[in-house]
Amino acid sequence: MAKLKSMEELAKLRDDMKNRTEMRVTGTNPDRIVLSVGMATCGIAAGGRDTMKTLVEELEKHGINNVSVVATGCLGYCYAEPVVEVRFPDKGPILYGDVDVKRAREIVDQHLVKGILLDHAIIGKGAGRR
Amino acid sequence: MNRYRMHLMVCGGTGCRSSQSVQIVENLNQELKKAGMDQEVQVVTTGCFGFCEKGPIVKIYPDNIFYVEVKPTDAAEIVAEHVVKGRTVQRLVYKDPAGGKQIPASTDMPFYGQQIRIALRNCGLIDPENIDEYISVDGYQALGKALSTMTQQQVVDTLKKSGLRGRGGAGFPTGLKWQAALKQKSDKKYIVCNADEGDPGAFMDRSVLEGDPHSVIEAMAIAGYATGADEGIVYVRAEYPLAVKRLKIAIAQAEEYGLLGKEILGSKFSFRIRLSLGAGAFVCGEETALLNSVEGSRGEPRMKPPFPAEKGLFGKPTIINNVETFANVCPILLNGPEWFASIGTEKSKGTKVFALSGKINNVGLAEVPMGITLREIVENIGGGVRDGRTFKAVQIGGPSGGCLPKSLLDIPIDYESLSAAGAMMGSGGMIVMDDTDCMVNIAKYYLDFTVDESCGKCTPCRVGNKRLFEILERITDGKGTMKDLDDLEVLGGTIRDASLCQLGQTAPNPVLSTLKHFRDEYIAHIVDKRCPSGVCQNLIHYVVVADKCIGCTVCARNCPVSCISGERKTAHVIDQERCTKCGVCFSKCPVDAIVKE
Amino acid sequence: MVNLTINGSALVVPDGSTILEAAKRVGIHIPTLCHLDLHEMRMVNQVASCRVCMVEVENRRGLVPACSTTVTEGMVVKTDTIRALKARRIVVELLLSDHPSDCLICERNRNCDLQSLAADLGIREVKFKGAMSTYKRDDSSFSLVRNPDKCILCRRCETMCGEVQTVGVYSAVDRGFMTTIGTAFDLPMKDTACTFCGQCVSVCPTGALTEVDNTRKVLDVLNRPGKVVIAQTAPAIRVALGEEFGMEPGTRVTGKMVSALRRIGFDYVMDTDFAADLTIIEEASEFVHRLQHGGTLPILTSCCPAWVKFFEHNFPDLLDIPSTCKSPHEMFGAVAKTYLATKLGVDPKNLVIVSIMPCLAKKYEAARPELSGEGEQNVDYVLSTRELGRMIRESGMDFANLPEEEFDNPMGQSSGAAAIFGTTGGVIEAALRTAYEWLTGNRLENVEFAQLRGMEGIREATVRINDLDVKIAIAHGLGNARKLLEKIQRGDATYHAIEIMACPGGCIGGGGQPYHHGDIEILKKRAAAIYSEDRAKTIRRSHENQDVMRLYGEFLGTPYGEKAHELLHTSYTKREKV
Repeated sequence: MAKLKSMEELAKLRDDMKNRTEMRVTGTNPDRIVLSVGMATCGIAAGGRDTMKTLVEELEKHGINNVSVVATGCLGYCYAEPVVEVRFPDKGPILYGDVDVKRAREIVDQHLVKGILLDHAIIGKGAGRR
Repeated sequence: MNRYRMHLMVCGGTGCRSSQSVQIVENLNQELKKAGMDQEVQVVTTGCFGFCEKGPIVKIYPDNIFYVEVKPTDAAEIVAEHVVKGRTVQRLVYKDPAGGKQIPASTDMPFYGQQIRIALRNCGLIDPENIDEYISVDGYQALGKALSTMTQQQVVDTLKKSGLRGRGGAGFPTGLKWQAALKQKSDKKYIVCNADEGDPGAFMDRSVLEGDPHSVIEAMAIAGYATGADEGIVYVRAEYPLAVKRLKIAIAQAEEYGLLGKEILGSKFSFRIRLSLGAGAFVCGEETALLNSVEGSRGEPRMKPPFPAEKGLFGKPTIINNVETFANVCPILLNGPEWFASIGTEKSKGTKVFALSGKINNVGLAEVPMGITLREIVENIGGGVRDGRTFKAVQIGGPSGGCLPKSLLDIPIDYESLSAAGAMMGSGGMIVMDDTDCMVNIAKYYLDFTVDESCGKCTPCRVGNKRLFEILERITDGKGTMKDLDDLEVLGGTIRDASLCQLGQTAPNPVLSTLKHFRDEYIAHIVDKRCPSGVCQNLIHYVVVADKCIGCTVCARNCPVSCISGERKTAHVIDQERCTKCGVCFSKCPVDAIVKE
Repeated sequence: MVNLTINGSALVVPDGSTILEAAKRVGIHIPTLCHLDLHEMRMVNQVASCRVCMVEVENRRGLVPACSTTVTEGMVVKTDTIRALKARRIVVELLLSDHPSDCLICERNRNCDLQSLAADLGIREVKFKGAMSTYKRDDSSFSLVRNPDKCILCRRCETMCGEVQTVGVYSAVDRGFMTTIGTAFDLPMKDTACTFCGQCVSVCPTGALTEVDNTRKVLDVLNRPGKVVIAQTAPAIRVALGEEFGMEPGTRVTGKMVSALRRIGFDYVMDTDFAADLTIIEEASEFVHRLQHGGTLPILTSCCPAWVKFFEHNFPDLLDIPSTCKSPHEMFGAVAKTYLATKLGVDPKNLVIVSIMPCLAKKYEAARPELSGEGEQNVDYVLSTRELGRMIRESGMDFANLPEEEFDNPMGQSSGAAAIFGTTGGVIEAALRTAYEWLTGNRLENVEFAQLRGMEGIREATVRINDLDVKIAIAHGLGNARKLLEKIQRGDATYHAIEIMACPGGCIGGGGQPYHHGDIEILKKRAAAIYSEDRAKTIRRSHENQDVMRLYGEFLGTPYGEKAHELLHTSYTKREKV
């Protein structure tokens, strides 16, 4: 590692390193958005891991940093795996079914970035919390 | 660099390491590899989470799940269940002792509920041995900001405006200290970090050094810039090997990045830091004794004035701040003094880390805003008195502090209120006592410590405290007189008035404060020859209650001095002459037929 | 200047004054104990450890020590409040609670700062009794005894030994109530680098540091049949002994001293001053020899045994520069046991030499193996000025009214040059008086070299002798000596001759002299008395001492010759730093 010669170099390094710890900072932020991916046996079998990976990659691509992508257990929608639950603070959860890689991108693109729900993929809605 | 989707944060503080957290890290890594997830999930050794009572701690991001009392053997289940399947391992989740409710997120735990973590901000969040992680959470931005946008006076003014006061004990305004050093004209100035944490039960400085060493290094460099010093020394006790190791790593990394050394970040400011290891004399926590020790002399306090800011290390202007004080500096520079000053009370700003211990449910480190009441700390954060016993007192401020009774539980925690109540902020040790603690004995215990740790330089501390101790010994031996109480007060008053340094001046506090708040207990020892808490050996005796004794002979067989006699199935008798009051019979009796009187 | 108020009276004092100094100006005496201000000797013990001088200062939370608190503008000081008085009293009681109360049989009885303080405060009871510290007495050396039980940890000895003398034998060791002053690795004094200068004894306020008392042994030998006991007295005794009897410092009591010694029972009372003249003949000869034969320069005086031991420990690479001359009392002993024994017709085995010295190192010196070969010491016993005082008191003499008597001959006559050996600069001045006249062949008009006199720690002077500017340096106090020697070691300075005395002020301030209790004026008065002794002498040049010249003629042969070498010169030993 070459010595940092200026404030700018330090700021750049900080930005480069941000993703090392961002997840932890976001993790305890009460205002974060949580994407839960069903990762029980059924979820994994249906491709949940790819879904999860895609979500993580897409978020990074869009520079979105207040979202936690977490694995969760079986939500009981085994027919629709992989399932992804999107939970905004102060809003009820939205549950999407059959989230393959393509749909995962859509969730980020539409729901998270633009705030447009993917009505065709919703398999459940919950009441608002908090 | 891998993009990990999950981080398993394992506490690498001294407490958790002694409960095998290193093995936990190793097992987690193995299990992840086995599961083929070692590229997806990262295991991070981090600093102390503070909740030491329930360590080792493993915290999982991004889920924000907090596992407690984790054993190395739990690694397999954490990986198989939580990491792979996303199912929380319920049995490792913290249970609220009050309702038995499971609380998986640390943010919902009462222990963390009222905390505001400024000094401890990165403990448990980052890998302390990795400067990149520190930089990723705005590390060295405060230094950069100071160097590129602020004058020396502006940095000092920021500190002044923040209201930050020394966290090592006396609470001197940090900004004023820096101002005094800035004002001095000298070819050489020093910045010293006092990491000679010595109060029994206090370990916040160790936790900061172990969990976030860069925060101290960065703050020292800022202090160096602000006052015109080019050399920093961390005086750390050799008994803190992990802190020493992590400091060394951090200093080396900072040097490698050019954040220490010549012309930092392209500025004209140069600063280097070296370590000086203390040999564990309590008095070396006193700033002038510390300076003597760094200089290679006997660790004895010097006369003040001159204060170190005028004439410190090797006679040069020197700033000495404690670890926790330094740990507050960078957030103040980054978030602004107004932000810091908005936390706390009128005269005591910001937060203070307290080390909770004693008869309390949640032993650990808690950083709370100034002004919170003792009750909130003891009952909410600390989870109340252990084993359902009755609260008697809380000892605050280490051996220099005092014991405060229940009636003072609602005083706000700040420098002035604690001093007024006869205790002191000290370094923030907080030891809770219950009805089984004898306050005379507690006073004796603390005095024994200061008598041992006195440097022996001045008469009141060297001889006076010894005499105080001897009086207490008499009282706990049942040989005290009421005149002893006057003597304690008179002598204690003079020691406080005439000792050379804070160690001596505050040494009588435990005696004077217990005498003030628990005089009845002293009188019971003197007049009734009775220790109400059943602690003082010479004032208690064990007796067999004949009605209850079933003659099982367990007591007689276990008595190390064979002073219990009695036939099988008949009531036994303890020979009081020969009894050494070891209490073995008391604890072994299956029917509670032996009582302490 | 600083304005302040002490006990209601306003005063103006110079910047940097302590409260203690300021109070003194308005006639307020604040009792002190650990404090000792000998700033002219560069010895200021300001550790503020005893806490006796505590006073109240407005707006200060606790009491402050007057001895080491500098006054500030507008300061309001109260020295006599009940709070201050109470603290002072309790502090003294605490000290007494850990101090043996054997004043009746203590060496420092009636001469102890702690005793006086307790008396001044009128302490009649020690309220806080408890454990007492007990340590081993160290009487391993020939010079001084350490009794740590009586130590009150004022640290004066540590400051004196470490900062003034730069020997650093003492340091506080251990902690808390167990704290004591000890040596490195708890070595017995005899095995340390201690020079036995005795300055620690001079400043010790109690009986924790005292001299090895030889009075019983001397009394014993005085009464042993068949022994012929000769007393010799150093130049600095006669200007200080009077103080032991309440006389004004600087009173010359030469005649009374001789008279007292005779009455004690010494068979002959002779004078070390005689040997001082002899020393000058030898040393001046050695100097002239080195000067004329390209010998090692500078030449260092070697009369001071503490200084000798100091350079053996600290400058073992420079052992060739000190003069090889024995110190005067050792020369006296060597001559007495040969020449004088024959003259008196006494078997040298029955001749006992007792030196009365202002010095504790002389006790050690007398036992150095090279000076006491085969059980025959040059000097058998050494008594300090204080010990002589005790013997005189014990004998019941009314010292002030004793008649003035003369020294016995043939070793009782001396010059003024010998007299000034007792003060710093004196030896080199005496040597110069002789060397100058020898080298130039001219008689000095004025024998007094003012430029060599004074109390400055290090002094330099240049004296023109023939074509040569002879460069001279003088140091007193071992710290000053160290500075000078280090300069020579580094090659920063070249001198022809250097005089060094271990004790500040020279022998008048020796470790065996009456206690000065921190009053530096006493030393100055003794020095003045030394110079008046010189002026009172008809002979003021050593080489004009006819008895000394007769000694050469009858016995020694030529100065610096073979016989002289055998009897009057010695050798030095390399020693470790610790």
